[in-house]
Amino acid sequence: MAAAQELQVQKKRDLEVQKKRELETKEEKTVPARIFLPITDIYEASDALTVILEMPGVEKGNVSVQVEDGALKVEGRLELGKYQGLVPLYTEYNVGHYSRSFRLSSKIDQSKISAEMKDGVLFLTLPKVEEARARTIKVS
Amino acid sequence: MISTFAGPFDVLFDLQRALEERLASDWLHDQTASLGPFPPINVFQQGDDILAIVELPGVDKDSLQIQAKENTIRIAGKKTVAYPEGISLHRCERTFGEFDRTLSLPVKLNADKIKAEYRDGILALFLPRAEDDKPRSIKIN
Repeated sequence: MAAAQELQVQKKRDLEVQKKRELETKEEKTVPARIFLPITDIYEASDALTVILEMPGVEKGNVSVQVEDGALKVEGRLELGKYQGLVPLYTEYNVGHYSRSFRLSSKIDQSKISAEMKDGVLFLTLPKVEEARARTIKVS
Repeated sequence: MISTFAGPFDVLFDLQRALEERLASDWLHDQTASLGPFPPINVFQQGDDILAIVELPGVDKDSLQIQAKENTIRIAGKKTVAYPEGISLHRCERTFGEFDRTLSLPVKLNADKIKAEYRDGILALFLPRAEDDKPRSIKIN
């Protein structure tokens, strides 16, 4: 009993603040805003690749997803105007746009990509092209 | 002789050690029940009032619990992440679990007029300063 409780406390303490990583690019930016890498989960099923990105503060309409030359690029723009005129008293995190790109290892059917935004989390489903799907082959 | 007849200060030293251990543990840390620094909070000033913006992506609105008392505000809840079965996880950066955080402010709050808004993974708390806490201007006769 005590051990189980201890485990639970341990679990609770695991939730730590993740420091935002900034996007590193060769090019210089034209806008003064900072760009961060969204926290991402990627998992693959037999028929599709799912990419989940955390972009708190980004509205549905300000997300762009591109698949080009086997690279996936996701951008989320924050409306920084909302933060203008606010006097900070105490800050713990930085605010900026989000951008991240991935090289895709399997072929994606671009016409069937679906995206859903919920509570600042973007869920991307990238269905694989028919020929790229895993098939079991029977040995006769 | 020495082992049975301990010095008069040993009791005090033991007490002090016990108190120090308490402080080293999570007990009596923030004076309120809170666990860790999650979620991150930015606090802004808006005239007399305070605006706290919390980054909390992917949390169910109904699981959020906000309590206010005098000059503290508590944010508690649970963040869950679910993966379907039969998949292979390539990248796993998101964290999940329970959180409970209390923020102490330098001013007293008007608990009845606090407004909380959760949108796009951002929790905004409008914290009005209590009327009796505001400085009063005094007329010079």
